[in-house]
Amino acid sequence: MTFHRWAAIAWKEVLQIVRDGRSVGIVVAMPIIMMLAFGYGISFDLKHLPVYVFDREGSQQSQDLLKHFQASEYFNVVRTVNDYSTIVRALDGGRCKLALVVPYDFSQRLNEGRPVSIQALIDATDGNSANLAIAYSEAVILSYSQQVRLDWTLRRGHIGIQAPVSVDARTWFNENLESAANIVPGVVVIVMAVVGTFLTALTVAREWERGTMEQLIATPVTALELMLGKLAPYFAIGVLDTCLCAVFGILWYGVPFRGGWSIFFASSTLFLIVVLSLGYFISVVAKSQLAASQASLLATFLPAFLLSGFLFPIDQMPVAVRVLTYIMPARYYMAIIRNVFLKGSAVALLRNELLALAFLSCLLVFIATRVFKKKLN
Amino acid sequence: MTVDKDVPSVVVSDLVKTFGDFTAVDHISIEAYPGEIFGFLGPNGAGKSTTIRILCGLLRPTSGLAAVAGLDVGRRPEAVRQKIGYMSQKFSLYNDLTVIENIRFFAGMYSVPDALMPERVDWVLDMAGLKGRGLALTGTLATGWKQRLALGCAVLHRPQILFLDEPTSGVDPISRRQFWELIHRMAADGVTVFVTTHYMDEAEYCQRLVLIYRGQIVASGSPSKLKRESMKGELLLVECGQLGQALEVLQAGPGVLDAAIFGSKIHVVVTNAAEAIPLVRKYLSEHAVTVSKIEPIGPTLEDVFVALTSRRDEPAGGEKGQ
Repeated sequence: MTFHRWAAIAWKEVLQIVRDGRSVGIVVAMPIIMMLAFGYGISFDLKHLPVYVFDREGSQQSQDLLKHFQASEYFNVVRTVNDYSTIVRALDGGRCKLALVVPYDFSQRLNEGRPVSIQALIDATDGNSANLAIAYSEAVILSYSQQVRLDWTLRRGHIGIQAPVSVDARTWFNENLESAANIVPGVVVIVMAVVGTFLTALTVAREWERGTMEQLIATPVTALELMLGKLAPYFAIGVLDTCLCAVFGILWYGVPFRGGWSIFFASSTLFLIVVLSLGYFISVVAKSQLAASQASLLATFLPAFLLSGFLFPIDQMPVAVRVLTYIMPARYYMAIIRNVFLKGSAVALLRNELLALAFLSCLLVFIATRVFKKKLN
Repeated sequence: MTVDKDVPSVVVSDLVKTFGDFTAVDHISIEAYPGEIFGFLGPNGAGKSTTIRILCGLLRPTSGLAAVAGLDVGRRPEAVRQKIGYMSQKFSLYNDLTVIENIRFFAGMYSVPDALMPERVDWVLDMAGLKGRGLALTGTLATGWKQRLALGCAVLHRPQILFLDEPTSGVDPISRRQFWELIHRMAADGVTVFVTTHYMDEAEYCQRLVLIYRGQIVASGSPSKLKRESMKGELLLVECGQLGQALEVLQAGPGVLDAAIFGSKIHVVVTNAAEAIPLVRKYLSEHAVTVSKIEPIGPTLEDVFVALTSRRDEPAGGEKGQ
């Protein structure tokens, strides 16, 4: 291992990255595009759901109930109609996700103290949103019912009767329950996985494809010098992109950053080592840029996206898939990064994740150093 | 350079390389000495590049020994690589780097000290005729310049042994001549130049030649020795019409050992040129071939090659090339 050769390789790689417009694009534009696309594009929030109402009674009380819906930020009563068929067509056409039908004897039953139901028709194409819509509409109805009961008892001369139990909810870590706070730290992981692996996956394959590798391996350069020289610039880029994403998330999306920068950088470094080694491994094995880029997407982007807990909670996955996530470096980094942004727990609590990440990075570095042979064929 | 001219710098003994069922190099033994331009001549697929790649440590031999600068290539490839320069068949510098960046990169690979860097860069630029074009992107250079730059990058660490694999393929004649002048100068400085080619005219530049065909050595020696000794018989040049028909007729002609087309003419090998001329002329006119000229000529390397390889092919059933 000589510094001369290592530095010459690293510098050559820098020059090639700078000269190749695509690389520069991936380095600079990709993190920003992903931040914007995922930050705005992925939202589990359900707000202003379009609602049609069919009020068969049209009384003071039925209108009162519907006002409760209108007042909620989750619903937006877009139209009042006078027949079922319009509702059916609206649900079919996706113009509303929820339709409420108030029965003709609504106020009469209320005044007599008898139970009464509101019919809610929900477009459950998207099961998650439908569940949320049901829960939110039940909440609206519940608060309305309580008010009705309160009025009723007051009219009969009882005073000060309240509902016996209520929930006083305080949300921690993501106080405003915004998806962005959850998604944006995750995007850091995705960006690093993609930039780290995708760019490095091309670097060795490119040399084989262009025939420059034959000249290179005829020199005394060692496999280790080649690997470290090639990875050094991408490591720098990875660190840069990580910071870019973090700063972007904090300033643009207003995501908090409650943990320490040291654990942020330590875990990011470990994860970078993982993805760079993986990219290098793929590049050496694939020997063609096309195969390498496809393999790198399969090996990092998909796991980071689907199996890291980024979109889908790992606890909710089927056992087989959950077991699989344990060998995904992104899973551990995702847990650490979310914690660093939102919770800021003590480092000791993240020990297992850090150890797992450190182990995987050692393993991948070891594999990467073994795979390259200074031989043709 | 102080090297003992009597100690071979490249020793190959009983070298074999197989790829699956195909034997690319079949029990080859050679020696090349310092200051020598050692030519490896043969058609494509004869095993030239495979041999040179084994010598540079890029391929592992199946069996046999390859030693370069006194070192076993299989055992100490990195030590060997520091002492050799290699220029592959395909241009393999970085097209997206500038000329100077390429030079500096390879200087780095060979650990050329920083203090010597400016001098070496100048030297390569000068040698390649690229003074003033150091900042040009290598990809924009014409082939001849690229080849000379590649040569420069292969020798900027002043190697004792230089391996050139088809260095002038695709290069125009003037650039080829300039290229060979460079090679001669290096050999004069004591460098062993090991060069493969399939250009017969280029082979004439070599001091010693090995003719390789289907992985085997068919002859070796200086070009003049090969021409003198490898031809059994003498050579006639026949200019005539109906080339294809004439060749067929001649191959069965009286006293004809062999006949082959060279460009628009036919070379005929006979036992005795003076006796054969009237016989061949008569024979051809009997077979309705109009002859414009028949004369005795000295053999070229191509004649030697054709003579040697066709002799090889006979027992094998006559199919050519792999």
